[in-house]
Amino acid sequence: MLESVLITIATAATPLLIAAMGELVVERSGVLNLGVEGMMIMGAVTGFAVAAMTGSAWLGVFAAILVGAAFALLFGFLALTLVTNQVATGLALTLFGLGLSGMLGESFVGLPGVKLDPIYIPGLSDLPFVGRLLFGQDPLFYVSILLTVGVAYFLFSTRAGLMLRAVGDNHVSAHAQGINVIGIRYLAVLFGGACAGLAGAYLSIVYTPQWVENMTAGRGWIALALVVFASWRPWRIVAGAYLFGGVTIGQLHAQALGVGIPSQLLSALPYLATIVVLVLISRNRRLTMMNTPASLGRAFVPDR
Amino acid sequence: MRLELVKRPQHSALFSALSPFIALALTLVAGAIVFMFLGKNPVEALYYFFIDPLRETWSLHELAVKAAPLILIGVGLSICYLSNNWNIGAEGQFIIGAIVGAILPVMYPDLQSWIVLPLMLLMGILGGAAYAAIPAFLKVRFNTNEILTSLMLVYVAQLFLDWIVRGPWRNPAGFNFPETRTFHDYAILPEIWPASGRAHWGFVFALLAALALWFLLSRTLKGFEVKVIGQSPRAGRFAGFSRNRMVIFAFLVSGGLAGLAGISEVSGAIGQLRPSISPGYGFTAIIVAFLGRLNPLGIIAAGLILALTYLGGEAAQISLGVTDKVARSFQGMLLFFVLACDMLIHYRIRVTRPALATKAERAAEEPAHA
Repeated sequence: MLESVLITIATAATPLLIAAMGELVVERSGVLNLGVEGMMIMGAVTGFAVAAMTGSAWLGVFAAILVGAAFALLFGFLALTLVTNQVATGLALTLFGLGLSGMLGESFVGLPGVKLDPIYIPGLSDLPFVGRLLFGQDPLFYVSILLTVGVAYFLFSTRAGLMLRAVGDNHVSAHAQGINVIGIRYLAVLFGGACAGLAGAYLSIVYTPQWVENMTAGRGWIALALVVFASWRPWRIVAGAYLFGGVTIGQLHAQALGVGIPSQLLSALPYLATIVVLVLISRNRRLTMMNTPASLGRAFVPDR
Repeated sequence: MRLELVKRPQHSALFSALSPFIALALTLVAGAIVFMFLGKNPVEALYYFFIDPLRETWSLHELAVKAAPLILIGVGLSICYLSNNWNIGAEGQFIIGAIVGAILPVMYPDLQSWIVLPLMLLMGILGGAAYAAIPAFLKVRFNTNEILTSLMLVYVAQLFLDWIVRGPWRNPAGFNFPETRTFHDYAILPEIWPASGRAHWGFVFALLAALALWFLLSRTLKGFEVKVIGQSPRAGRFAGFSRNRMVIFAFLVSGGLAGLAGISEVSGAIGQLRPSISPGYGFTAIIVAFLGRLNPLGIIAAGLILALTYLGGEAAQISLGVTDKVARSFQGMLLFFVLACDMLIHYRIRVTRPALATKAERAAEEPAHA
């Protein structure tokens, strides 16, 4: 029982983890992309559609990554090249993604999906208790862990990561150093979009293999909140994602057990938890000020 | 070839006026392309989408019904966005306004008097404002990001509405349908001109609100304060304006107007509470605010245009058999184009051609070989 609960917590946490990890890199480069929800839902509809049409879950996953990145490119063109307001452009991306996915996905509503099967390693996956938890999850679970390790290593142990953080903290100085500010930001935004697309595909291919309109249900926004919660540090995102996965699964179990609380109020818990967590983190002004990338959300026009 | 932005010394007045129209034109072109991909005749499709709904009187009334909440919410949001407060939870404030406004007709149906309707509208305003006060308070007191909190509260409000109409407020004589009792006659917001169509007084409220906020923004010190704090918080501080009080003010105004929109919609257009009372008005109003260039008078026009996309979506579904979700995509696209075109106000685009330049250079360098 406990084992299966822990596994479902992991499946609820993984999409949040992947999407938030992408956005963390974007924000570390000084760009605030509020379009995570839009890129995620586009990833979900693309992943589902491609998987259902080709019968291959992996093709669906790759298509979702591409579409997420393509949407991010749209954001990048507006916010980085045309220097539009990043908050408004991100909102536009979300509204457009929600609308377009509803339109594209209409013929896929109610169709059976293709599920990405959990891996099975003979021997290891059969170990008592930890077997399925550590060695029998779906492949994207391992991708999410590798992603965390990779992002943490990239940001804090490589030269390119240092350049990216420099761009995010002071784009004028970085530019003066000869760093291509806009180029780095484009790459970061594309990476964030690819992650959001992957996270969306996780929802429609692993978590619940079906397409439902608005199925991301605010997870893109929760991922944005996780980045703040984690004060822009990769490993803290893991903690945050699993905390939210726990809240989500906990309230689902409470609904199933029929505790005397209306199901809608239980469903509201993850959203309320987001608010509480944001308040707890942001009331410590010094901590927030210290960790927020200093150029976050600021427009940059290079003076050639 | 590459694009280069050159900052204009001054804002371009020409493009301030033109940019929404360029954006609309580009959206129409993009829309035509989308319809071509859907295998429809683009001219015919755009006709059904944007012209056909304007041809009949009843349909113009529907336009006013849809425009009323968009304008009410949109003008409120303009105060927020001008003062750099990112309230994106108007959808939630709309819902809570509708619920609080509906307390009298649902819980006290025997109270039948002319006083009911004004009280409902007042309670709707207060409900929306109180709900908007939550992210405002959290921003002022704890420095919490208002974008995320106001949005999270939308989901909470939607779930709360779902619970209340299925649970405590379900119509006792409603055959278990998830809806409240229908409002009695004193609780219905009347139609403006009942003989010709459904448009209710909410549209008049919207026009009045837009005029009032236009006056506030362009003719009063408070309006000046809104703009100064939005454009330069530092200058605002030197002028003695309080950022925190502006946060509260902007959220209360926009929340109150969203709440008024909510109770007007429920009392004027629907007549009861249901699990879903809004086709995303609170989010579409964000597009309305930007298309109207955050100017209340511009927002009236923008609200009518976005209302037309809702009607057009329905019309295109009936006449062409395309999904009405097309409308949502159009709305999102429109916001992209609006934002992109607004860039023209502050920057000139210079096209440089490095490829040609190098060719010319080569020609200059190597005259002997030629």
